[in-house]
Amino acid sequence: MLNKFPLWKNILVVTVLLLGLLYALPNLYPDDPAIQISHENDPVTQIDVGMATDALRAQGIDYFGDELNDLGGLIRFSSLEDQLSAKAVIEDTLGEGYIVALNLAPTTPDFLQGIGASRMNLGLDLQGGVHFLMEVDMDTAQRRRMENILSNIRQELRNERIRARNMEVLEDYSIELSFADEESRSQARSIVREGFADLQVIGRESGGEYLLDLAMTPESVEQMRSDTITANQTSIRNRVDSLGVSEPVIQQQGPNRIVVELPGVQDTAQAKRILQRIATLQFHLSAEVGAPSASYETYEYQGTPVNVNNDVILQGDRVSNVRSSLDQYGQPQVVINLDAQGGQQFNRVTRENIGQPMDILLIETRTRTVMTTDENGNQVEEQESYEERSLISHAVIRAALGREFVITGLSSREANDLSLLIRSGALAAPMYFVEERTVGPSLGQENIIQGAEAVALGYFLVLSFMLYYYRLFGLAANIALISNVMLLVAIMSIIQATLTLPGIFGIVLTIGMAVDANVLIFTRIREEIVAGMSPQNAISAGFDRAFSTILDANITTFLVAMVLFTVGTGPVKGFSVTLMVGIITSMFSAIMVTRAVVNLMYGGRRVTSLSIGPFIKS
Amino acid sequence: MALLKSDLDFMSAKRRRITSMISGTMLIIALLSLAINRFEFGLDFTSGTLIEVGYEQAVDPADVRQQLVNSGYEEAVVVTFGSDRDLLVRLPVEAGEDDLAAASAASTLGVEVLEALRSASDQNIEMRRSEYVGPKVGAELAEKGALALLVALGIVMMYVAMRFQYKFGVAAVLALMHDVIVVLGVISLFHLTFDLTVMAALLAVIGYSLNDTIVVFDRARENFRTMRTNDPEVVLNTTLNQVISRTFVTSLTTMLALFSMLIIGGESIRGFAIALIVGVGVGTYTSLNISCNFLMRLKIQKEDLAVPVKEGEEVDSMP
Repeated sequence: MLNKFPLWKNILVVTVLLLGLLYALPNLYPDDPAIQISHENDPVTQIDVGMATDALRAQGIDYFGDELNDLGGLIRFSSLEDQLSAKAVIEDTLGEGYIVALNLAPTTPDFLQGIGASRMNLGLDLQGGVHFLMEVDMDTAQRRRMENILSNIRQELRNERIRARNMEVLEDYSIELSFADEESRSQARSIVREGFADLQVIGRESGGEYLLDLAMTPESVEQMRSDTITANQTSIRNRVDSLGVSEPVIQQQGPNRIVVELPGVQDTAQAKRILQRIATLQFHLSAEVGAPSASYETYEYQGTPVNVNNDVILQGDRVSNVRSSLDQYGQPQVVINLDAQGGQQFNRVTRENIGQPMDILLIETRTRTVMTTDENGNQVEEQESYEERSLISHAVIRAALGREFVITGLSSREANDLSLLIRSGALAAPMYFVEERTVGPSLGQENIIQGAEAVALGYFLVLSFMLYYYRLFGLAANIALISNVMLLVAIMSIIQATLTLPGIFGIVLTIGMAVDANVLIFTRIREEIVAGMSPQNAISAGFDRAFSTILDANITTFLVAMVLFTVGTGPVKGFSVTLMVGIITSMFSAIMVTRAVVNLMYGGRRVTSLSIGPFIKS
Repeated sequence: MALLKSDLDFMSAKRRRITSMISGTMLIIALLSLAINRFEFGLDFTSGTLIEVGYEQAVDPADVRQQLVNSGYEEAVVVTFGSDRDLLVRLPVEAGEDDLAAASAASTLGVEVLEALRSASDQNIEMRRSEYVGPKVGAELAEKGALALLVALGIVMMYVAMRFQYKFGVAAVLALMHDVIVVLGVISLFHLTFDLTVMAALLAVIGYSLNDTIVVFDRARENFRTMRTNDPEVVLNTTLNQVISRTFVTSLTTMLALFSMLIIGGESIRGFAIALIVGVGVGTYTSLNISCNFLMRLKIQKEDLAVPVKEGEEVDSMP
């Protein structure tokens, strides 16, 4: 029968719309401002949360609902101001070791959480916070690496009593060695070949000198770059944790940049100080039993206390490479390479201490806020930096160690973590800020409100116009338009896309453009009626004939949106995502949903006239 | 109703002359403005520091600028932003900051400027946003933006040429370039800040205008195949009369949405909304008046669309 959907199509439309409703729903439950309490080592207990809430009550700060979750304790507040003042109070109460982070706690009902529905992420321009783009100084990293290699080669040549006239690292990061005669050069060549497998060696003669050009192979340059960037990423992650940010984004962008997004952070100066600081590494021996207590400090390692001797046997800057791998028995291990001087130093110490445990300390400089009293007797906040040392490895020395040694007896995850930590302390290259965007919390709030109002007004105007211009058909189009935005929000929530202000503009634009498909169909139906078709046939012909136009128009627009997505950054990307999702949902709703509603209105019965606007009298 | 039963003579020689003149004038003004005024590029492309601050009471930007000059920021530009309580302070990247460390140090300027403003005023000053774009990034963003425009145009031409026929592809891209140039001209003429969001708007204009043009071309293709006449002028004229109602309605609904954005969206999206409004306006005009002119100029014939399979060979044999 004409203009009746088969049952499956009706079921499909209804199912899609119901699913859309379910997954869009969480966006109606605004998050509560909350504070997340966690501890660096121990699980947070109800006692800790109790201490925090007691302090809040004493200070007269309102809160509601405290709970324990996977990350620790969570306390909810009704306003952002309460949340901010509570953070300071809780930090003071709980003291060191606890991480007190601003957070947003979902209020989504359990049945929605059960099906995995959650809200869209809000971009920094909507919730406030800092966006940094940091560039890792690869040139310095590469130069440092080559200088390191050169110092090793110099050492080796000296050991073999080979005299070189000149040795230097050139502008293009290659090493040039020059010798007086052919023989020393060929000896040097075999030493380099043997000890430095990742170097390309080319010999040439110039002005009576015998030269060797050494350069890193492209693969090892590539490896070095990716090692460096992961080292920097790890050290950023470690430091961001100390900032108490709830959902930081730390991502590599391009070959040598790292994006850091810190929602809710306002003190950018502090954030930058902390991010730029580079961690350091120290090798120590464990204190002997019965050593005077002034000669060691106690650290915790995997839950047991370890006494670490105060003398540094090796500084982290002697480390030239770190890698986690598998040994010949398939056991995970961490391979550490030292430079020539470091190797000698290390060999001397370890030779005398076989059977003793060796400890590696990671030292991070952090900042904390302390309250001091100034000359007028006022309480002022001051930033104070302090060193935080953590013991990351405690292993027994099995033999005299040299330039390359391994740490074994780890699980593969531990090996991986340890190599990342050592790298972050020893190999991270300097980083520079190449872009920074901060949005204050009030502007973020304002952007949300303005965006929502613009969407509402645009919606209202378009819906009213459609209803006026196309009557009953306009109603069908409006139902489609409402489902369109619902589906758009649902898909954005499911793919966990980030909603930015330009993204909201994208939604507004989509509202305006989404009706296009319906307009095309309805004008076509009117045309067919004017041309003398019966109403039922006109409906069917209108939908069919407009389809290819709608498809072509949408595909081309989608292509443009894809270009925008590929080359766009940050906010522009957000805009293109809503545009693309909007095109898909608008095609579904304009064609399927409208048709379903129109069929419901007119399908399968005798119809003499259509309510498709005041301009047709058939 | 005129909108539905339109019988305008779109393709008459006289009308085509008039629309050509209108478009020609628009393009000349746009190009002149682009040559003389150029663009007021936003921070995204120029690099530098920008900070938006909110005062409690109205302030005079000139006073604030003086305060900044006194604190040593001679090159600071201060303008009001939206209301007389909100100010935008802009600082250029100093010359010679091409090395990373110096440029990175410049990124703390925003905080320092805020401190300077706070100490010079007895009002409570709120930091609304602060942005720093390094010289390298600025240049890259500009490059990427220009590339995006070209790639978008190229892809569109390929798709339309494939789905329709190469003459349609060429005409569509010419029409799009016409629209982009006019929108760029308006941005330059009215000194709107050209930043990343305006760039996004420009691409959205391409999307929208293309949408309009495709609707016309789709109908033209159908008519070339079904109408009995061989005269492209008649076919295109009929086409335009058929689509004009739809084109106006869609423009209207889009404009309704865009104007709500312009009115409510606040200062930060003015440029975006204006670029789109101009773009949708020009796009509507182009799809009804210009794109079919291009088809005529390219000597579109019924035969171009009659047997789609042969199109490839025909293209090859074109001089």
